[in-house]
Amino acid sequence: MILDSKIPAGPLAEKWEKHKFNLKLVNPANKRKYDVIVVGSGLAGASAAASLAELGYNVKVFTYHDSPRRAHSIAAQGGINAAKNYQNDGDSIHRLFYDTIKGGDYRAREGNVYRLAQVSVDIIDQCVAQGVPFAREYGGLLSNRSFGGAQVSRTFYARGQTGQQLLLGAYSAMNRQIAAGKVKLYTRCEMLDLVVADGKAKGIITRNLITGAIESHAGHAVLLCTGGYGNVYYLSTNAMMCNVTATWRAHKRGALFGNPSFTQIHPTCIPVSGDYQSKLTLMSESLRNDGRVWVPMKAGDNRLPTDIPEEERDYFLERKYPSFGNLVPRDVASRNAKYVCDEGRGVGNTKLAVYLDFADAIKRDTEAVVKAKYGNLFDMYQQITGENPYKTPMRIYPAVHYTMGGLWVDYNLMTTVPGCYALGEANFSDHGANRLGASALMQGLADGYFVIPYTLGDYLASTGAGKLSTDTPEFKEALDGVQKRIAKLLTMKGEKTVDELHRKLGLTIWDYCGMSRTEEGLKKAKAIVADIKKEFETNVKVLGGNEEMNQSLEKALRLADFIELGALMIQDALDRNESCGGHFREEYQTPEGEALRDDDNFAYVSAYEYTGDNQAPVLHKEVLQFENVKLTQRSYK
Amino acid sequence: MNTMNLTLKIWRQPNAKAKGEMKSYKISGINDHMSFLEMLDVLNEDLQKKNEDPVVFDHDCREGICGSCSLVINGRPHGPQQTTTCQLHMRSFKDGDTIYIEPWRAKAFPVIKDLMVDRSAFDRIQHSGGYVSVNTGSAQDANNLPIGKEIADEAFNSATCIGCGACVAACKNASAMLFVSAKISQLAMLPQGQAERKKRAESMVAQMDAEGFGACTNTGACSAECPKEISMANIAMMNREYLGAKLTSEAV
Repeated sequence: MILDSKIPAGPLAEKWEKHKFNLKLVNPANKRKYDVIVVGSGLAGASAAASLAELGYNVKVFTYHDSPRRAHSIAAQGGINAAKNYQNDGDSIHRLFYDTIKGGDYRAREGNVYRLAQVSVDIIDQCVAQGVPFAREYGGLLSNRSFGGAQVSRTFYARGQTGQQLLLGAYSAMNRQIAAGKVKLYTRCEMLDLVVADGKAKGIITRNLITGAIESHAGHAVLLCTGGYGNVYYLSTNAMMCNVTATWRAHKRGALFGNPSFTQIHPTCIPVSGDYQSKLTLMSESLRNDGRVWVPMKAGDNRLPTDIPEEERDYFLERKYPSFGNLVPRDVASRNAKYVCDEGRGVGNTKLAVYLDFADAIKRDTEAVVKAKYGNLFDMYQQITGENPYKTPMRIYPAVHYTMGGLWVDYNLMTTVPGCYALGEANFSDHGANRLGASALMQGLADGYFVIPYTLGDYLASTGAGKLSTDTPEFKEALDGVQKRIAKLLTMKGEKTVDELHRKLGLTIWDYCGMSRTEEGLKKAKAIVADIKKEFETNVKVLGGNEEMNQSLEKALRLADFIELGALMIQDALDRNESCGGHFREEYQTPEGEALRDDDNFAYVSAYEYTGDNQAPVLHKEVLQFENVKLTQRSYK
Repeated sequence: MNTMNLTLKIWRQPNAKAKGEMKSYKISGINDHMSFLEMLDVLNEDLQKKNEDPVVFDHDCREGICGSCSLVINGRPHGPQQTTTCQLHMRSFKDGDTIYIEPWRAKAFPVIKDLMVDRSAFDRIQHSGGYVSVNTGSAQDANNLPIGKEIADEAFNSATCIGCGACVAACKNASAMLFVSAKISQLAMLPQGQAERKKRAESMVAQMDAEGFGACTNTGACSAECPKEISMANIAMMNREYLGAKLTSEAV
């Protein structure tokens, strides 16, 4: 298999314009002859559904939530990047492109990232036109703040609830199309398989979560906008239901999976407090604009933070990275928090935390100003920990937050299954080995509003609006397969609950394929995951039946796919004998403990082909071409 | 860290048509750092170990923003604190407490199973007009439309509604006025919302009535229980918008 990224030739700045012109168009009157299936209703899914419906396509949207507005994009806090240069501080499309490529540790495609930077400015315009209430200055113009990995202020925000406001914007645009009859919405309906016939995506199999009905839906194209797979770690900042099933099922039907081991560990989360913990809560990166990260100089210092004098504190990020200070990229900040905790200088009961201190900001700007910027985050922190962050520093620790890996897609966002697309976090495309803060919202909306409306037409125009049917052997085979999977789980009557096994899987992946990785550890993890798989397949306990609301069954179906994905992540982390971005192999580091890339041997995208249950996946390599940036050791000093 | 033993009285109802009842469960070893939903997770693990059906409840983000969680705890939507259930922690309770847990109670929110209800009526109200009609790609430069900070902040406050339905559950009439007014006010305040201002107020109110929500009697229970502190002023604004629209409507 030859992976063709379909990046257009020519100068970087002209690629997208030229490509748009070369794409085939579907005549406005013909668009209504096409049915498009969109799975997921977050930023990517809702924006794609609305935009495609506006063009005239018939869109079916599927979500497992009771409402599209619950998608986890809603929880994004800090902001969305755009190269508007409203602050006159030297930003440009090229700078956003460069920062993103560098931030991703040179493991993303130049062409994709440049396009992302180009359309970023249109996203802000679109959202404002929808009535998204971004933060503004007294003069009425839009306000910006800074995020990690950038030395300009290009992040647009709506207090600490930017994701919510952007999602409600996309949701409202979709609602308008629902009212117009162009979008048909299926709620509490989860995709459990992709149907492929004649080498093309033809539809999906879903389960109605209320009635248990297994249903077939046919479409001329299928868009997977189903987010990331951070919940493979059990504990993450993802919502409880986030899962990999849609993309994993597409993978098993022929879509290659790109860079599965590239996961992002976010440096500022509320630390784990006990075994009962069900999820982790992020404290927005924007807090690092004003908060200072520190630990005591001495290991085992148990004094209250407010009792530790200035000269006995180590502001380790400011010390090691004077030019970016507390705003180094996420992978760098996380790794350094781990180092100081490994040295025994961690704080709090578990000693797995560092301080994020606002005392200086409060002294400089007053408590009222800090409250206006971060009030809701401070409230959330107090709600969860019972401590007042205005009086005592926050305790934070890294947690799994985002997955850069995902389905491999070409420049058109199409997977290796023709007609099956992946948008937003579900694809692997734009963030390389580390995503910069405020870039996930940008990418989700870029894909949905400004990329797929162009690229999808090209495929549809070339395949034609053939008659759709679910009465085919391929649909029947997929539907039977889903029913068998469910029946097997319900009749097993084993001993272990789904959550027990999921915790075990999560802990294994976190310990060996998390913030830092070693060959030895990964090999160990491989064996543990194989055992978990066996145990799951023979000893899981799922009560109740299919024909009812059955949350244990939902979780079991998702866990089955997480286990297989976990094995692939480990495989990928083992294959990549270098460190880059969030993928940190201890064997490969600079003397200062930074990630040491090996560009001669690993400047490629790993794309895995599924070859069968318990069979080794086949690795395909898409070599990355860098024509516009020079690959250097990333430095934030 | 304190641990506690609790008695839970939970509404169990197998499906929409079945008759429900309160059932009693003992739970022990709950620590005060747990969230309320983590306490229910512990209960569900215990139940499954005993081969009993776990309690069904809606939840997802567990950080107070998705609006999924929805329990009436000791008679109050989302419990004793003005927050979402997922952000309620067990330190709000003490050893030996009996806690009553019920679903949202409203005709327009039928029970699906146990503590889970159907809130699709909220979505249908949004479909009827909760948007600005602007196609992708047709927007002007964002800074061509200055909006005073005070107005932008007010619109933001209205826009923070998470659609959880606590306002309906809190209201003795199961009125959805706070939810509906938050969207109408947000868009009525902003210049982007002007073109469809009247039509929006008329159609969203009509859909709200069609869904079977009750009338507002201004007791303010909705706002008092709203985890996002959506203000009653939104309802006043909606009434003005609706009346104004009806009096001057171009719709015939």
